[in-house]
Amino acid sequence: MLDRPINPNNHKKKVSMSLSSASPAGVLIVGTGQAGAEVASALRQGGYDAPITLLGQEPHAPYRRPPLSKDYLAGKAGRDQLYVKPAEFYERQRIELRTGHRAIALDRERQQVRLETGETLAYQNLVLATGGRPRRLQVPGSEADNLHYIRTLDDIDRLRGDFRAGAHLLVVGGGYIGLETAAVAIEHGLRVTLLESAGRLLERVAAPQLSAFYQQLHEQRGVRVLTGAQLLGFEGGRRIQIARTSAGDLAVDLVVAGIGLQANLELARDAGLEVSDAIHTDAHARTSDPRILAIGDCASFPSVHYQRRLRLESVQNAQEQARTAAATLLGEHKPYDPVPWFWSDQYGHKLQMVGLSQGYQQTVVRGDMASGAFTLFYLRDGQIVSLDSIDRPQDFMLGKRLVAARCPVSAEQLADLQVPLKALLPA
Amino acid sequence: MPLITFIEHNGTEHSVDVPLGQSLMQAALNHSVPGILGDCGGCCACATCHGYLDADWQDKVPAPADDERELLEVVLDPSVESRLTCQLSMSEALIGAVIRLPESQT
Repeated sequence: MLDRPINPNNHKKKVSMSLSSASPAGVLIVGTGQAGAEVASALRQGGYDAPITLLGQEPHAPYRRPPLSKDYLAGKAGRDQLYVKPAEFYERQRIELRTGHRAIALDRERQQVRLETGETLAYQNLVLATGGRPRRLQVPGSEADNLHYIRTLDDIDRLRGDFRAGAHLLVVGGGYIGLETAAVAIEHGLRVTLLESAGRLLERVAAPQLSAFYQQLHEQRGVRVLTGAQLLGFEGGRRIQIARTSAGDLAVDLVVAGIGLQANLELARDAGLEVSDAIHTDAHARTSDPRILAIGDCASFPSVHYQRRLRLESVQNAQEQARTAAATLLGEHKPYDPVPWFWSDQYGHKLQMVGLSQGYQQTVVRGDMASGAFTLFYLRDGQIVSLDSIDRPQDFMLGKRLVAARCPVSAEQLADLQVPLKALLPA
Repeated sequence: MPLITFIEHNGTEHSVDVPLGQSLMQAALNHSVPGILGDCGGCCACATCHGYLDADWQDKVPAPADDERELLEVVLDPSVESRLTCQLSMSEALIGAVIRLPESQT
């Protein structure tokens, strides 16, 4: 059980701007992504009355990231539609939102976080929701103005300047970020080449059938897909003009790299918390220091469902883990063991995914792949471990319950559209 | 400003101001109405903003589009009044509307 705050009534005090530790205690949340915002609002919703400070490096109030590589890049959604809450929400809920502040050190003994400015903030409980940063390309020529990564609003605003009809875009990485960017680019009139070093798209996360479906979808729309091709370097200095690849040289106007995310765990690691490629937590979101919790992209938790430690990069994970963290801070018991889910929009097709497919033994297609509306189920030991559903939202909804239930299913039933999925759920 | 009343499954009422044009899901999130999660951000992908729009207001909103209709067929605790609040925009005709929340969202 965590300590409850000892001074629940001092929320009206201003945070001290001195170098002292006179800042109010309560909960300090580092990170203004969706996880950070959710834990703050869930704490208030649960009746938490002590001060809450929500501190973030980005200059923006918390916003939703998924639309960045979709509707926001496409210009179909404005900034106002990205914000998780309206500006007045934070004031109304007595959440002190401090944007544009970088935390650089954590002193667990004094229960303080030091900011880049030298200011220190004291905490009773600390929530690390520090997220991650895009893995960067390491090839020669990677320090260039027209090489872009996709993580923040500012990344997209910067990319927009180069995102012009007729320009030749090289996308490095055939994961979801790369594929979504390629789709928006094509719809925007750019010419697109997509380079994937693995033998197929989405290799890490999906079965070969799904990879083939997406490769065909993109090629039909005009993307040149190069798989099994290595990026060797760039030429052109600050403005890349040539991308050298194992499949030949490409003349390009801009490059977007989507090659994975690295957890921001330095604050935790340097303070001696248990970390590996992420900050380790228990099922209650507590790190190895029980006063400190970690949630979202930066954290890994022990999954009973998958029987291993998981770090997930998704909205579902950010939100649900944040709710667990809030419950923990409120002295409630809400262990986190989710069935993960994700989604991706490309060319008007909605892909919805449930579970993690690693270790599957068999796949089953429900629906007609050629029609573009189908669900691919991944089975292990006669149970559904995950599914990828394209334009079949009912399969996705019922699939969440099927994966969670771990009930035995037969491949024949799953493939038979005459058998409603609902009938496969345990009574 | 126009009012919408959300009623939690346990009977707790939340009357909130909703600007015209705003989605009812976003309005509920802005006012921390328990029971509306809106996890997908309102893109009709997760059905965690399911609510029952009282019968009196059913004809004041457009019928569900295909994607919403398909999700509504498989939500927990469905009813003839079921809607996804992310797909409902505030309008003059909805002023005073009541949305009750399902037991599954408690």
